[in-house]
Formats: sequence, C-alpha cells, structure tokens
Amino acid sequence: MNAPLSPAASVAAASATALAFRRKPLVRTGALLAPAVAVLLLWMIVPLAMTLWFSVQRYNLLDPSISGFAGFDNYEFLLTDPVLPTVVLNTIKLLGGVLLASVVFGTLLAVLLDQDFFGRGIARLLVIAPFFVMPTVSALVWKNLLMHPVNGFFAWVATSLGFRSIDWFTDLPMAAIVTIVSWQWIPFATLILLTALQSLDREQIEAARMDGARGFTLLRFIILPHLARPISVVVMIETIFLLAVFAEILITTGGGPGQATTTLTYLIYLRALLEWDVGGASAGAVLAIVLANVVAFFLVRTVARNLDR
Amino acid sequence: MAKLQLQGIRKSYGSVEVVKGIDLTVNEREFVVFVGPSGCGKSTLLRMIAGLEEITDGTLLINGERVNETAPDKRGLAMVFQSYALYPHMSVGDNMAFALRLAGVPKAERTRKVQDAARILQLEQYLDRKPGQLSGGQRQRVAIGRAIVREPRAFLFDEPLSNLDASLRVQMRIEIARLHRALGATTIYVTHDQVEAMTMADRIVVLNGGIVEQVGTPLELYHAPANLFVATFIGAPKMNMLPATGRLARTGAALVDLDGLGQIEVPVDTPVKEGQPLSVGIRPEHVSLAETGPITGSVEIVEHLGDETLAYVMLAPGRMITVRVAPDSDVEVGDRVGLAVRAESVCLFGEDGRALHVPSLRRPRARQAALA
Amino acid sequence: MTNATAGRRPSPLAYGLMTVLGWTAALVMFFPIFWMLLSAFKREIDAIAVPPLLVFEPTLENFAAVQGRANYFGAAWNSIVISVGSTILGTLLALPAAYAMAFYPGPRTKDLLLWMLSTKMMPAVGVLVPLYLLFKNTGLLDTRTGLVIITTLANLPIIVWMLYSFFKEVPGEIIEASRMDGAKPFQQFALVLMPLALPGIASTALLSIILAWNEAFWTINLTAANAGPLTAFIASFSSPEGLFWAKLSAASTLAVAPILVFGWMTQRQLVRGLTFGAVK
Repeated sequence: MNAPLSPAASVAAASATALAFRRKPLVRTGALLAPAVAVLLLWMIVPLAMTLWFSVQRYNLLDPSISGFAGFDNYEFLLTDPVLPTVVLNTIKLLGGVLLASVVFGTLLAVLLDQDFFGRGIARLLVIAPFFVMPTVSALVWKNLLMHPVNGFFAWVATSLGFRSIDWFTDLPMAAIVTIVSWQWIPFATLILLTALQSLDREQIEAARMDGARGFTLLRFIILPHLARPISVVVMIETIFLLAVFAEILITTGGGPGQATTTLTYLIYLRALLEWDVGGASAGAVLAIVLANVVAFFLVRTVARNLDR
Repeated sequence: MAKLQLQGIRKSYGSVEVVKGIDLTVNEREFVVFVGPSGCGKSTLLRMIAGLEEITDGTLLINGERVNETAPDKRGLAMVFQSYALYPHMSVGDNMAFALRLAGVPKAERTRKVQDAARILQLEQYLDRKPGQLSGGQRQRVAIGRAIVREPRAFLFDEPLSNLDASLRVQMRIEIARLHRALGATTIYVTHDQVEAMTMADRIVVLNGGIVEQVGTPLELYHAPANLFVATFIGAPKMNMLPATGRLARTGAALVDLDGLGQIEVPVDTPVKEGQPLSVGIRPEHVSLAETGPITGSVEIVEHLGDETLAYVMLAPGRMITVRVAPDSDVEVGDRVGLAVRAESVCLFGEDGRALHVPSLRRPRARQAALA
Repeated sequence: MTNATAGRRPSPLAYGLMTVLGWTAALVMFFPIFWMLLSAFKREIDAIAVPPLLVFEPTLENFAAVQGRANYFGAAWNSIVISVGSTILGTLLALPAAYAMAFYPGPRTKDLLLWMLSTKMMPAVGVLVPLYLLFKNTGLLDTRTGLVIITTLANLPIIVWMLYSFFKEVPGEIIEASRMDGAKPFQQFALVLMPLALPGIASTALLSIILAWNEAFWTINLTAANAGPLTAFIASFSSPEGLFWAKLSAASTLAVAPILVFGWMTQRQLVRGLTFGAVK
C-alpha cells in the first residue's frame, strides 16, 4: 500500500474518522441531558442561594428602611424565639402521628387487601381514593361536613351515643390535622406496601407453611421482615412530603389556636407572606432545608442501592 | 459472501481487558463457531465484528476492507440475537421488512424478499401475526428471516438456541445447518454449548479468558487438543485427566507412571524427561474394562443411557474416571475391575497445560491460528 | 395478582370474614368522599341537617350554581392549563434526558439520576421567599405561565425518573437490532422505542397531571384572582361566609372526580414513580 490515497479514498478516510468521532456517545448525551439538567440546576442554585443570602440580611418588605447585613441575627432570633419549641414540637407531632397511622394502618390494610375476598378490586379502589383528593378539598370536607361541632357527621354520631360533640379545631386542633393528613397518606402507604407484599416470593410462604407457620406466625416472621424495607421507604418519602404540609393547616386552623398547629413550614409561611419578614423567614427556611436534607440523604442512599439491583 | 479477517483485536472496558489480542480468518462460506465458557469474550468479539461494540485495538477487515469505523448496518452483516430481539409492536412481516424499509427499498420488492425468506423458513402463514403470538421456535425463525432478508455478506449468531428447550434445540440446530448449506453463507456462530459447536462447525474457535486456545475442525479439536483446556472442554463426557510422572523408556515410547496406580506405555515422537510431571488425558471410549489389568478400580456409579453405558470407576480417593462400555454390559456398582487403556489414543500434557503429545501425527496449532 | 398471605383456598368462614373486614375498611376510608358526593346533590338545608340525611330529595341546583359562577370555570381552566402545560413541558425536557441515561449510560449516570431525584426532596417552603420575590419582580406572580414553570420544575425529577425506568424495560437488544437494521438514532427512538414505551409515557403523563392538579403550596401562594387554579379556588371557601356546604361539595366533586379516575388508572405506575423505584 505505497501509492498515495486517491481523492475518493482520502475523503472516505476523513469521513470515517468523522463518523467515529460523531459516534462517541458522550457528545450526544451531553446535548440530550442539557435541558433537563440546566433547568434543575438553575432551580436548585438560584433560589437556594437567594434564601441563604436573605437569611443573613435584615430585610422586611413592610419596612424597606431596614436593611443591611444581619450576620447570624436572624438565626439567633429564630433559635431563641419562644415560639420555636412549640413549633418544633408541633412538627414532630404531625410527622409522628401521621407516620404512625400510615405505617400501622397501611400495613393492616395492605395485608387485608392481599387476601382473597369478594369485590377485592373495588374495595382496593375505595381504599386508595383519598390519596388523589386535593388537600384543600379534603381539608374543607373534614372541617365542615365531618368535624363541624354542630352540623358535622361526627357531632351527630357523638350526640346519638350520648357524648358531647367535640369542637375539633378548638379543643383538639393537632389531632384533627393529624387525622386529616393521615386519611390522605394511609392509602399511599397501603398501596406501596400492598405492591411490596405481592412481590413476596410465593415459594417462601409455601416453605414456611410446610414448616408449620400459620396466621400470626406467618405475619410476624415472614411478612413483616419482608415489609421492613418498604416501610422504611414509605417513612422516608412521607417525611419529605409531610414536612411540606401546608394547605390543610391554612384552611382549617391557620396555625391556631395560638400556635397550637403551627409547624415549621407554616411558621416560615407566616413570617414570609404575612409578616413580610424576609430575613427571618429565610433563616427558618434554611433550617427546614437542612432537616429535609438529612432525610433525603438516607432516602437517596436507599434508592441508589435499588438502582444497582 | 464475505471473508473476515481479525488482526490483533483487543477490547478493554476502562482498565479491564476482556479480549486480549485475537488473530483469526473466517473464510468465505465457512461456518465458524466461537465457543467457550461464560465470560470468555466470545459475545464481545461477535459484537465487535457486528459493530455494536467499539474495537479498542486491532483491525477488522471484511473482504480486505477495514471496517473498524463503519456503522453496523453498513458492514453488510446481519445478526441473530440470543433473545431474538424482535420488534414486539410490528407484525412478523414488518419485522422482516424493517431493514429494507429503512434502506428505502420500494414496497413491492420488500414484499417479494420477505415472501422468499418466509418460504425458506416456513413462516408464510405467520406473516401477519405479532411476535407475542408465536412460540419460541417460531420467533427464532423470524429472527433468522429478518437476517436473511437483508442478504448480508455474513451471518452472526449470538447464542440463538440458549432460550429453547432441549428438543427444540436439536431441531433448530439441524435447520440452521441446512440453511447454511442452502444459502452458502459465511457464518459466525457463538455458543457456550460444545455439542452445538461440534455438530455445526466447519471450524471451531475455542476461547477462554479473552484469548484463543485453539482453532481447528471439530475432529482436530477432539483428537488433537492443543492444551488441557480444550481437551476437557470439548467432548462429553469429558476427557479423563490423571496426574502422572514421565519415565524414560525405549525410543519412540514413554513410560507414564500414573502416580501409584500403574504404568502405561505411550508411543511418542519427542521423548519425555525422567521425572517430568504430566497430565494424562484419555477419552472414556478409549478405556475398556477387563477382569484384571495393570490399573484397577471399583465401580461407583453406572449410567445406562440406552445406546451406551457409562461406568464411573474410582481408582483411588479423588481419582475417578469415566469409562464408556457397551450398552449390553453387565457391569454393576461395586464391581472391582481392571482397566485397559488404548495407548495410541492417550494425550500427554505438560505442567503448563500445553499438549506434549497427541494421538494424531499433526501437531496442534495453539494460540496463533491464522490460516492464510 | 399473587395472594401472598392467603392460603390455597380460603375456607368459607375466612372468606366471609375477610369480605366483611375488607369492605368495612374500604367504606370507612371512602366515607368522607362518599359524604361529599352525597352532599353535592342536597339542598343547602338538607346538607346541614341534623341528624344527617341519608335519604333526601336530590337536586342539581348546586352544580348549576357552581357552573354559573365565572370563578369556577376560570379556576378549572387554570388547573387544566397548569397541569397539562407542565406535563407537556416536563415531558419534553425529560424525554431526551431519560433516553440518554437509559441507553447511553456513563459512569456518572447514576449520580446524575440521584441528584435529580434529590431536587424533588427540597422543601418548597425553603425557597418560597426568593421565588415569591422573583415572580413579583418579573411579573410572573399570579400568572399561569409562572405556575406552569414552577410545577414543571417540581415534577421534572419524577417524570425523568419514570421515563428512565420505562425505557430501561425496553430490552436493549431490540434497539441494537434496529441499529443493525440501519436505523439512525432518531429512527431508533421514533420507530422502535416510542411505540414500545408509549404506555409508560402515558402513565407518566397521567401521574404528572395528578400531581400538578393537586399541588397546593405554590398554587395558593403565588396566585390571586387571575391564575388561581381549583386548589386555590376551593381554599377560598375556607372563610366561613354563611353555610354553603352543598355548593362546596358540588364544586369539590367536580374538582376531584377526574383526578380520582386518573389515579385509579395509574395505581401501579404510581408506586414506581413515587418511591423512585425503591419498591417494586
């Protein structure tokens, strides 16, 4: 092959190289990924940076004369605010209450719906329906139609049985909110756990049966351990979403009475959009972000492990 | 039809090299089988030839033309995948016509070519069905049909029979072999099943750990394995291997001491050294049972297959050999038997696994296997 | 549907017991929705009656009243625009990304995917202030456009994730076969991948619509009279101006019904989407 390449051959060689270069997937994937990545990056960085910035500023929209660097004043104010312990406690009550209800009832309902019974498919649809109702509707339906101390359904049930009707939002506001939010999230847990149950290897159950396990034993030693991982996933995901509960509080109690139902999220909302204390609200926001990140860390790790499977 | 040449083909994923320098020529109209255990690199090699994987180093020539950088569909090759990879949402006919459609072939001609291929494979009545409605064997044939329609220069098969049950496998094996004869097509066929390799190939390429162990015709590999790996990989039941030590004998023969079990005299060309550690390979059909003999053992298991009987004889703890006996033999478990070995069929392997002596007079060709 | 915990054939007693338990649970959970549905057809007087009426004279006047109020139509339209708009935009952004990650994975693909998922985990309240101010200063406050943007961003990680997981289910060999047949990347995508992934894309779109429709944080805080969708519209009923339960129920029924149906249709995909595949 000593003769110089003919024009055709050199063109062919050049285009072959170009083809090889173009075939390198990295170039192409970059262009494909760019829009989604760029957009999410902006979404992450810009508002977060602004929140951080505001949190160290004196900035109140009601009084533009107040301005300037505040250092850690906002944080100090937040952390020494007498209302903070109550708010944190409320957040924990809300989270804890709903998580407990979801996991317990979710598991029971999942096991129940896994059994064979008449009209199981339709029953399942009815059980998961609440998850798809928008939070504003569910809040109002519960507040008015069910929990109203005079005309509500519960009031009638109570008085018919000889009890006094409960004025939910005055006497037991947190319990009321936990009930409403649980009603929406139990179906979520049920659906997830039911899916997980149905992935339980039949052969494992049959082997356990041959060993003599029945009913409760089966539940305790085979089913619950299998559900441990999905339950942890449910807990983590619900935590992320429960930290953001807002509409239900807004519509029913507005955070009250007093601060009885003010959670961290609601406090920030109040500071930001009602008191227009941008600095203070941002400090609270940073706190909320830190908390969410802690949970997110564990959730991402679990998801990562699943991606490898 | 095409002639393919692989020159120094290498493949690395990052720092891991999975194909370590392969030289090979596939001649026109030849049916070449790549065989080897899982992970030996045979599928990777096939995919490099197809263009689905990039060749890290080396040159691939089709009819003398370098194709390393050519797109898969421009190499003139057609591939039949292990999972058939049929398009589930298209009918059988559309599946087979897809490549032609992409190439802009007019509809009338497409239909004609699909009909021709369908006739060869007896798929005519299935042309309107979707793959999901077909059985495994039928889907297999559609996959082959899809390849035939493209009138490629060479066919590539990637373990096409692994997803079929045993009886269907035998049937399809015959069909593929018949197809090869009818079309006269250059074919490269990848499998892990040495039976498929032995029955279908013109030549077999035995791969292991990314290198070629031996290239040859089935009978060459069977009777004259180049090393321990090929000897034990090809042939079922496996060739018996016993550790031994060489002892000098007269010219043209070696005395092989089976480490305490007895001695056999093997006619050799090159003398063995005194005390040289060896492996002795002898195929089950070259051992026979006798009342007594220089080597003895007790029968552990007897398998009656109908056309043959296999006796597993324990010579010593940890040293069991397989013996093929006549189907009407009355050997029983527990019998103490003597073994007669057909000395001319013995293979001797050195410490490094390479064959020192094989029965046929042709010397084995080991790693470099380019038949010019 | 495997029956993980049931025996081979339940005894009639067990079957009966389970039926009772199962339906009790179902009716209890569904009761608030049922009650709302019922109240939508009552006259206002009947709606607040004590004891609550199970039998009454049904009427459609509430639905008519709701229809008559211009606000309702406007809010419904806003909901539709925001849900469908954000779904379309999100899908357009997500499709190429999911395609790239599923079929051309690199060493960083997994990290990228996890990072995208983590953006969903950021609490909305954490960026309420800057977004409110940004929207205010760019004139996006109380506009459908602004809400479409925010909702798209909020749902994008889920859409990417779901499309990715559906794409991964398409056997790679089929795409390779099309490569061997001569399909260019766009043809591989349009002629082979899309038809196979279409059901998955459809469920993803439905899930996105559901999530956008029910989103109550941004839609309440970043809107006023113009762009407020149904979530905000219903929220405005929360100040107790007279008794209007029947109309509230009617409005709520209309707002909830379509999403309920979508939700029932996408149950299984929902599990995949909302647990990011951590539960199969």
